[in-house]
Amino acid sequence: MGYDLRMRIWRGDASGGDFASYAVPVEEGEVVLDAIHRLQAEQAPDLAVRWNCKAGKCGSCSAEINGKPRLMCMTRLSTFDPTETITVTPMRTFPVIRDLVTDVTFNYEKAREVPAFTPPHSNEDGKFRMQQVDVERGQEFRKCIECFLCQNTCHVIRDHEENKPAFAGPRFFIRYAELDMHPLDTLDRRKMAQNDEGLGYCNITKCCTEVCPEGIHITDNGIIPLKERVVDTKYDPVFLGLRIGRRKDRRVVGPAGGSGPSPIKRPGGVQPGVAVPVPPRPATVGATAAASTPGSSVAATALAPAPPRTPTTAVDKVAAGSSTALDTAKTALPAVGAAAGIGFLAWAIRRSRRK
Amino acid sequence: MADANTAEYYDYDVVVIGAGGSGLRAAIAAHEAGARTAVVCKSLLGKAHTVMAEGGAAAAMGNVWPEDTWQVHFRDTMRGGKMLNNWRMAQVHAQEAPARVYELEEWGALFDRTPDGKISQRDFGGHRYARLAHIGDRTGLEMIRTLQQRTVELGIDVFMECTVTRLLKDGDRISGAFGYWRETGSFIRFTAPAVVLATGGIGRSWTVTSNSWEYSGDGHALALWAGGSLINMEFVQFHPTGMVWPPSVKGILITESVRGEGGVLRNSDGKRFMFDYIPEFFKAETADNEEEADAWYADHINNRRPPELLPRDEVARAINSEIKAGRGSPHGGVFLDISTRRSAEDIKRRLPSMYHQFKELGDVDITKEPMEVAPTCHYVMGGIEVDADTQASIVPGLYAAGEVSGGMHGSNRLGGNSLSDLLVFGRRAGENAASYVASLSTRPRVSDVDVQAATDEAVEPFANPGSENPFAVMKDLQEHMQALVGIIRKQDELERALKEIERLKERAKNVSVQGTGRGYNPGWHTALDLRSMLTVSECVARAALERKESRGGHTRDDYPGTDPEWGKLNLVLRERRGSIDINRQPLPQMPDELKALFEEGK
Repeated sequence: MGYDLRMRIWRGDASGGDFASYAVPVEEGEVVLDAIHRLQAEQAPDLAVRWNCKAGKCGSCSAEINGKPRLMCMTRLSTFDPTETITVTPMRTFPVIRDLVTDVTFNYEKAREVPAFTPPHSNEDGKFRMQQVDVERGQEFRKCIECFLCQNTCHVIRDHEENKPAFAGPRFFIRYAELDMHPLDTLDRRKMAQNDEGLGYCNITKCCTEVCPEGIHITDNGIIPLKERVVDTKYDPVFLGLRIGRRKDRRVVGPAGGSGPSPIKRPGGVQPGVAVPVPPRPATVGATAAASTPGSSVAATALAPAPPRTPTTAVDKVAAGSSTALDTAKTALPAVGAAAGIGFLAWAIRRSRRK
Repeated sequence: MADANTAEYYDYDVVVIGAGGSGLRAAIAAHEAGARTAVVCKSLLGKAHTVMAEGGAAAAMGNVWPEDTWQVHFRDTMRGGKMLNNWRMAQVHAQEAPARVYELEEWGALFDRTPDGKISQRDFGGHRYARLAHIGDRTGLEMIRTLQQRTVELGIDVFMECTVTRLLKDGDRISGAFGYWRETGSFIRFTAPAVVLATGGIGRSWTVTSNSWEYSGDGHALALWAGGSLINMEFVQFHPTGMVWPPSVKGILITESVRGEGGVLRNSDGKRFMFDYIPEFFKAETADNEEEADAWYADHINNRRPPELLPRDEVARAINSEIKAGRGSPHGGVFLDISTRRSAEDIKRRLPSMYHQFKELGDVDITKEPMEVAPTCHYVMGGIEVDADTQASIVPGLYAAGEVSGGMHGSNRLGGNSLSDLLVFGRRAGENAASYVASLSTRPRVSDVDVQAATDEAVEPFANPGSENPFAVMKDLQEHMQALVGIIRKQDELERALKEIERLKERAKNVSVQGTGRGYNPGWHTALDLRSMLTVSECVARAALERKESRGGHTRDDYPGTDPEWGKLNLVLRERRGSIDINRQPLPQMPDELKALFEEGK
């Protein structure tokens, strides 16, 4: 049966805000997100909220409902008393953008630090073989919808901004666990999980598991086995005594690659009206474009005359010069070779910088 | 900062608009081909519509049935689309899909396995053999996560929560794109000789839909406004099984895998009614009794497929008829039952998210009782007309892939063909966009006049003295489209729909936006989305009025039969001087060796 739901919603932005009270007509079977939508359509058209699938599959509409981290689309109004006032606030661990929308860039930056799946060989013609029982372990973690409620709940970063640089959070610990348990992965990420991602900060209070809308056993099946694997090599009991009282300075973890701007772009990253030069890039191997043979794609980037911009590095200057040369003699193979060489050089320099 | 309206300026070789399966696959391909690539998306990375795809990706790998080949897949696809598909796209798709699936596995996707350790494949409507590579019933999530992680690994630039409102041109060539950051409302302009549209579909214009707010038909409209052409817009797929209760989840998708795993449809009399709706076209390959239908799950060779697994258009129409005849369920659907067909444990393992979804949202335990289902707007077969091999539109520099492109699925898409479509044509679009840029001798320029015009257009709702609420206009559009341009269509209703759309266009001009500013202002976002929604809705209604026959996702009450003459024609739409032009275009003819595949009776 329909009734008027009383809601308190936090309205504001980075500069501050406060609760606003509303009465929203709601119907039987509805969820909190329905109420928010009706509010938006009829009373507060500028109420900011993220949502997509409305079925608990995309993880966009995370918020705190009466202080509990939840997906708004999966929180049924029937779980509350009709006389109760429902309070909705944005996730607390992340900076507010507006109203219920928070800046979750932290998670996208952490995602960049995880070394990707590294197979032993290519899977051309479907050569990989794995058993169902083996893939199921990793599949549990891949159910993650990246709602970031676990990150929001984790007390290591919830009220500890200072821990954020050194701590990846439960979402990424299960990413490590998943890769670790992948039957075909060849990379050992244990050290990295411990030293760079702050696995040791987690003291398995299981708050993350409790709020996971997908019911992933983050702590029991992910973090604890990962900790056990780390401990297995890192803290050999025989030498444990030698370590007591000593502590090395922790290395500050930057974005993956360590240099260059983040590929996750944010508004206002550049001066309006000024072109942002994106440096030319050598092709990665294995490009299969029917129209471009290997090597020519490198030349291709150089061939397309870059828009007017000031060369910023030595490599850029050379590249700019060679592109003019290529314009006049496009078929000259040596020039193509030179461009490829320069591309490789740029790539090598960037590689070495990264290290 | 000079002026709040001055746009940030970025320069790339290829800009991909949309970060679902096709967008990410296109970006990866363009990047690997050496192009400086950016992905622009309206939501956060990894939230795009692909995430909601459940069943699987169709690819003739032959892991479960070695008899399966690309030829069989091609034939199924063409027949599912009632032969209106672009044959070349259907062929390329069937041939390349397995390699694209293997590639995902190489990037970390964890598909379900067969006992001998290969990728498992499941049955789906219209597919002769079990063909869908899957991960439980969350295949789309796995796919988007895999592609997202690959994109991040490669360091491709991503512009999240950024909406493109106009494509920019230099003469007749693409020169870039203009849009705004949702977060701040500040403007952004891309200079790029090639743009790949991968914006998905149009389902937000209907009331009962499985689609989210993102599906406002942006890509369709952007292409049309930039001089591109749309094809097959009359064909909209209504998925047979959407949730009907509670009201708030009406339209949310129930995967076809439920039927693929053995689920059956029953009416209020408890009858498996699909046996009454087997069309002549599929008689030879469909079981006409329950024994044979049930035996098919174990033995595909000696039995014919159950009628529940007919293509989606057939099943949706059948459900619609049962409900209209008064044999529906209490909340206006029919019953979909898996509880009597498989063990509770099996259901939870093979359909975990369905179990979860019904338990959480509907208080229904699908291992114990049937679900109530009814058709829901799901997918648009129509889209930007593209070259079958390169995905290039008629506008130089403009490419399209995935749901926003048209032709591949003809008049009806088979389940599972969408995820493979994204991969196959996403890759092709990205590669070809990159090689187009490489072939240019001069780069097209962005004109400041165009950028100014796009800026003015975008801020207009703030200056508007009108009193229309954008949400109210959108709601009315959805109601009209639902009532007048739904599963079953009629001439007078379509004509009325067009009149209503004209009226709504006028109202949309008077939409004004309240609020504190442009930063994350949903009212403003909706006001801008309305433009694409109205444009695309008009395209659907016009094409539906024009095609005087019933075929696939287009059913005319006044022309119930399939007309062979219409089967030779595509409807192509273009915008000329502000109005939509319709042209009849002959269907490309397939070569004889492919024609032969359709002549072997079964």
